[in-house]
Amino acid sequence: METLQVRDFWNNALRDLGKIGVAYIMITVGAWLVFMILIPQLIMLDYSFRPMLALRDIGGPKDVWTLKNYLVFFTNKLHMAIFFKTIWSSLIVTSAALAICYPIAFYLAKVARGGKVGLLMLGLIIPYWINELLRLFAWQIILADSGIMNQLLIFLGIIADPINFRAGNGAVVLGMTYAYILFMVFPIYNVMESLDRNQLDAARDLGASWLRIHRKIVIPYAKPGIAVGCTMTFMLAAGTVAAPQLLGSPSSFWFTQVINTNFECANWNQGAAYATLLMLLCMIFMFIMLKIFKVGLKELTQ
Amino acid sequence: MKSSKSIFRIVFGAYLALFFAYMFLPLIFMTIIAFNANEVPQITPWKGFTFMWFGELAKDEQMWNALLNSFIVAFAVVAISVPIGLGGALLLTRLQFKARDFVYGVLVSPILTPGIILGISTFLFWDSYMNVPGGLWTAILGQATFITSYCMLLIMSRAQRFDLTQEEAAFDLGATHGQVFWKITLPFLRPALISSVALAFMQSFDNYNTTLFAIGVEQTLPIYIGTKLRSFISPAMNALAVVFIALTIIGAITYEYRRRRELIKTG
Repeated sequence: METLQVRDFWNNALRDLGKIGVAYIMITVGAWLVFMILIPQLIMLDYSFRPMLALRDIGGPKDVWTLKNYLVFFTNKLHMAIFFKTIWSSLIVTSAALAICYPIAFYLAKVARGGKVGLLMLGLIIPYWINELLRLFAWQIILADSGIMNQLLIFLGIIADPINFRAGNGAVVLGMTYAYILFMVFPIYNVMESLDRNQLDAARDLGASWLRIHRKIVIPYAKPGIAVGCTMTFMLAAGTVAAPQLLGSPSSFWFTQVINTNFECANWNQGAAYATLLMLLCMIFMFIMLKIFKVGLKELTQ
Repeated sequence: MKSSKSIFRIVFGAYLALFFAYMFLPLIFMTIIAFNANEVPQITPWKGFTFMWFGELAKDEQMWNALLNSFIVAFAVVAISVPIGLGGALLLTRLQFKARDFVYGVLVSPILTPGIILGISTFLFWDSYMNVPGGLWTAILGQATFITSYCMLLIMSRAQRFDLTQEEAAFDLGATHGQVFWKITLPFLRPALISSVALAFMQSFDNYNTTLFAIGVEQTLPIYIGTKLRSFISPAMNALAVVFIALTIIGAITYEYRRRRELIKTG
């Protein structure tokens, strides 16, 4: 039975695409899958389960699998605190981006018409094309001690002395929300665009309030888009190196910076273990999103 | 009823204005500062209009070297990602097999993986198992890992709308697989292939997270910017931002112009 299916598969494939076509697909996708996706990931995992050794000990009796690198994390209070802070701050970034972008996406998809949509889309895409670091740099300038934000607040009499925005997490969170906001707008917009306007009109004619229309029609429809937007934003926020580097201070260390430090100290094994933890975090978040919004992985990436 | 609607419109208009101010004001500040003779990148005190920061940027050899590397990496990523993305798209749209959903999940997983993980894993694999130290090659492969997924999704979304009867007709008329591919399939996929070239190029050119961990001591433009911004901040970086902004606006306008002309042509 099984072999019959396999044979059917090859026969169909050869009939539709020819020998060269099938070979092309198998070679390209095979190389990508094996040498770029699977093996590097497995090697990182392998690294994370091995102790850091001197060169002469590698392959020797000391080179065995161990949980040591992971135990280091659970005994290091500082690293754990940074890890949880990273989660917490990334959640703030994600919710802020969702709150800001939902109305924009809805407006673009269902309210604005014709040329206005094109113009607004252009307005969204232009900042998105400018390098992430330069977008963060803009906020570095604005939030500097002598920057525009402090000058404005002093001018308005709200504060007397400049605030050091970079001391806490505030600047990092603010800058990241700015830098990643578009990863939230586009997925939601893409899904909402195909929502039938007549449904909204019908609901309105029947007297539904706009809050109810959104709760009962728009949000359920936009679920896959919201799930993609949240997953992407959270992943980018938790995985960012640039934002804390440019907008943070030593007191607002990010988990990615801990990973970076490990690699800079040539402790690749520890770094690999921490990187694995970060990846697990993002995977867990994604599965929570899939569960909450009841969408499949396939809808997620459409 | 009427008045509540107009209030809503005003409130939303204000929100929209605020949102775009939030998007654009930082870029506008950054642009103005690029022309301020003050060596601290701030608007005040204004020390006079100057082009000197552009000159300083142009004199920076490190920048030119990083720019060249960025081009090399981006071209290589395009050369890897688009053909593989095409292969993946054909695999998932044209072939029926049981594990299809699973394979799909694995092939899109790089998009959902934090960039630094891709950089680290690519670096570890090539450095320790292939004896290739971190450099442009590892940066190219690390980036291509997830950029290929984007290309695949882009090509897939068009390939799904392909009318298979066209191919069948060609086969009935005696066309070979090669002829069908070059005369029917490829022309149909052309727009998606062109967009995936553009997307791959831009994604590569902008990439920081993956590159940072994979590239070793070499520099691409984003790595150069990151190093500069962490050490001594000079308005030369504002000048670079202005170049980026100008190119982006020109690119966006040409794109929009061509799109409109295309719309008029197709009616």
